[in-house]
Amino acid sequence: MGEDAESSKINHSFLRDYVTEADVISTVEFNHTGDLLATGDKGGRVVIFQRETESQGEVEEVGDTGESGEYNVYSTFQSHEPDFDYLKSLEIEEKINKIRWLPRQNAAHFLLSTNDKTIKLWKVSERDKRPEGYNLKDEEGRIKDISTVTSLQVPVLKPTDLMVEVRPRRVFSNGHTYHVNSISVNSDGETYLSADDLRINMWHLGITDRSFNIVDIKPANMEELTEVITAAEFHPHHCHLLVYSSSKGTLRLCDMRASALCDHHTKLFEEPEDPGSRSFFSEIVSSVSDVKFSHNGRYLLTRDYLTAKVWDLHMEKGPVETYQVHEYLRSKLCSLYENDCIFDKFECVWNSTDSVIMTGAYNSFFRMFDRETGRGVTLEAWRETSKPRAVLRTRRVYNGGKRRRGDVGVDSLDFTKKILHMAWHPEENIIAIAATNNLYIFQDRVNTESQGQD
Amino acid sequence: MFPKGTKRKFSDSGDEPPAGSEGVNQPSSAAVRMLSSYSLQRQSLLDMSLIKLQLCHMLVEPNLCRSVLIANTVRQIQEEMTQDGTWQIMTQALSAANAAAQCSADRLVATEVLCRQTEAAQGEATPRPLPTVGSDGSSAEELVVVEEEEEERVEEGVSTLSPQPPTSYLPSTFGMDPCWEEETDEDEDEDSEECASGSEEGDNDRLVEDSRTAEQVFGTFEIKNPAPSPDPALEELFSDVDASYYDLDTVLTGMQSAPKMGPYDLLESLSSHGPSPLSSSTSCRSDLNELDHIMEIIVGS
Repeated sequence: MGEDAESSKINHSFLRDYVTEADVISTVEFNHTGDLLATGDKGGRVVIFQRETESQGEVEEVGDTGESGEYNVYSTFQSHEPDFDYLKSLEIEEKINKIRWLPRQNAAHFLLSTNDKTIKLWKVSERDKRPEGYNLKDEEGRIKDISTVTSLQVPVLKPTDLMVEVRPRRVFSNGHTYHVNSISVNSDGETYLSADDLRINMWHLGITDRSFNIVDIKPANMEELTEVITAAEFHPHHCHLLVYSSSKGTLRLCDMRASALCDHHTKLFEEPEDPGSRSFFSEIVSSVSDVKFSHNGRYLLTRDYLTAKVWDLHMEKGPVETYQVHEYLRSKLCSLYENDCIFDKFECVWNSTDSVIMTGAYNSFFRMFDRETGRGVTLEAWRETSKPRAVLRTRRVYNGGKRRRGDVGVDSLDFTKKILHMAWHPEENIIAIAATNNLYIFQDRVNTESQGQD
Repeated sequence: MFPKGTKRKFSDSGDEPPAGSEGVNQPSSAAVRMLSSYSLQRQSLLDMSLIKLQLCHMLVEPNLCRSVLIANTVRQIQEEMTQDGTWQIMTQALSAANAAAQCSADRLVATEVLCRQTEAAQGEATPRPLPTVGSDGSSAEELVVVEEEEEERVEEGVSTLSPQPPTSYLPSTFGMDPCWEEETDEDEDEDSEECASGSEEGDNDRLVEDSRTAEQVFGTFEIKNPAPSPDPALEELFSDVDASYYDLDTVLTGMQSAPKMGPYDLLESLSSHGPSPLSSSTSCRSDLNELDHIMEIIVGS
C-alpha cells in the first residue's frame, strides 16, 4: 500500500474531477467507539467509513495499539431523496443536516440521519455468512423442480464475502414545520430530540407516529419573531437535561422534570453585551451556530461567528473561557454581511478529555485551542499542502504586525473554502474535517516529539 | 461630503458609530463629515438588508434564522434613525416629493411596516404616501407596498411606478396564510397527541392576521413560491384537496398566470437587462407587470 493509495483512501474518497454541489459534505460524526465515521452530503447520501484494524493494515512502528488509523469506505447509501411538499409548494432539500449514532446494543449499528423535515433511523449490519443447501431452492434462488429432489439436506451457513446491509428501520416524519437543525440522542438510549428553528420535539426511537413537543418559541404573531433556535443537545449523562442555543447568543438549559413544556428555562446563559463594541452586526455575530456539552457534562462549548466560548453549567452570567477564532474579520463584517458569509454556521467540538476544543474557519483553516494554556493553533485542510503522513504545519493569518513567511494576508483569504463540519474521535486524537467535498482525517502521532498532527 | 484625500473605508466606519455623533455641542466640520458618512453607510446597510429580505422570498430554501437576523438588523437601524431624528427628516422630505419619489417612499413605508411595533412606542405618525389602491383594507395596501418596493429593489432606474389594481389581492389570500400554516400544522400534528396543542389552537383562532411585511417575511416560510412550471398534474393534486380549507381559486389563478420561469430566471433576466423571457415587450412597464404577478404569487400564495 503505497502513499498514493493511502491518500486516495483518506482524502480522495469524495473526489471527482469537478465539484458537484451534491458532493458537498454537510455533516460528519464518529460513532461511540470511533471505529465508524459517518458523513452526510448535500445529495442526501451517507457514507460510512470504518477504521482498519491491525490485521488488515500495516503495522505501524508507532503506537502500541497497532491501529493503523486508516479509514476506508464501509458502506454508502442514499438516506434522503429530494422531496416536494405539495400543500405548501415547498421543495424539501435532501441535504443531510445531521447524523447521530446510537449507542451500540447488538451486532448492528444504528444511526439517525435527518434532512430539513424527516429523521430516519438506519440499521447497519454485516453479513458474512449465508445459508446454502436449500432443498426447495437452488443456488440462484430458483424453485427446484420437486421431482429432482431425491434426498433431504440440512442447509448450512457458509462464509461469504463481507456484505454491509443498510436498511431504514424508522422514519420520523411530519414532526417539523420548520427546518430541522439538530438531533441528539438521549442518554437513556430510548429517546432523542429534534430541533427546528422554533420548536424542539422529543421522540421515542420505537414510535414514529407521534412526538412530544418540549420547547416552542413560536410567537403568537409571526411578526414578533426575533429569535430562533439554532442548536440543541441532550446532556450526556442526565436524561432530563437539554440545552438549546438561540440566534441572540443565549443558551437555555431545560429540565424536563420541571414541566412538560419547557418553554421556561431552568437556566439562561447569556453574556452581557459589551457596549463599547456594539455595532449593527453585534447581534448577528453573537448568534450561536453550535452548542456541545463536554464529555464530562460540566461545560458547554458554543460557537458564534467570531469566537468559541466555554461555559460552566453552574455559572450563567458569562462564559468561563473565550477563544478568538478569527478576530481579524471583525473589521470586515460589512463585506461579510454583504456576501452572506456572516451567516455561516460553524461547528465546534471537544476532544475526548475536554482539554482541547476545535472549530473551523475560512481558507480551509481550522483552529484548535488548548484549554489549559489558552493557546490556539491554526491548521489547514487543503490537499495541496497535506501529504499523507506529513506533519501539518501551523498557519498564521497576517493582520498587521510582523509578517512571517507563509503567513496569509486577511485580504487573500478564500471565503468559499469554509470548514463548517468536523468531528473528534471519542477516545483518541483523530479528527475528521469536512472541506467542501473532501474529507480529511488527521491523527496525532503520540510518539513523535513534535506537536504536529498527521 | 468626504474629507479630501481620505479613502472611504466602507467596512470600517460602518461598524462603529463615530465618537462625534452623540450629543455634539459644537459640531466641527470633521464631526459633521463623519456623521454624514456614518449616516450614509447606515443607509446603505439598511438598503442592503432590505434587498436581502426581499430576495428571501425568491429563494427556494428560505433560511428563517438568516431572515430573522436581517430583520432585526433593519429594526435596529430604524430605531437608531428614529432616535437620531433622521427618520422623521427622511419621511418628511420624501412625502414632500411624493409624486416623483414614490418608490423611495414605498421603501420607507415597507420598512415602517416592518418595524411598526418599535415606532408605535414612539408614537410616530408615519405618512402613507401611497394612494389607497384598494378598499380591501390595509392588507392589500401593504402588499402593494411590499411588492412595489420589491420591484423597485430588483429593477433600478424605474422612475414611475403606478400601483397595480389589486384585483387579485383578496383578503382571503391573506386569510389563507395563517390558514395554510395552521392547517399543515394540524395535519402534521394529527398524530402527535402530545404536541403543544395549546399554542396551535390559539393560532387557529386568529384566522385573519395582520399581514405585515414581517408576517410575509416569516409567514411565507411556510408557504413558499410555487413550482417554477405549474403543470396539470399539480393542479389536479390541488383539485383533490378539500376547497374549504383555503381559497383554491386564488391559488390556481396565481399559479396559472405565473410566467413560465422560476425565480432565478427572473433575477437573471432582470440583472442582465437582457432579452427577457417574459411574454410581452421588453419595456420596463411590462416587466413591472410581470414582476407584479410574480410577487403577488410569491407573497400572496
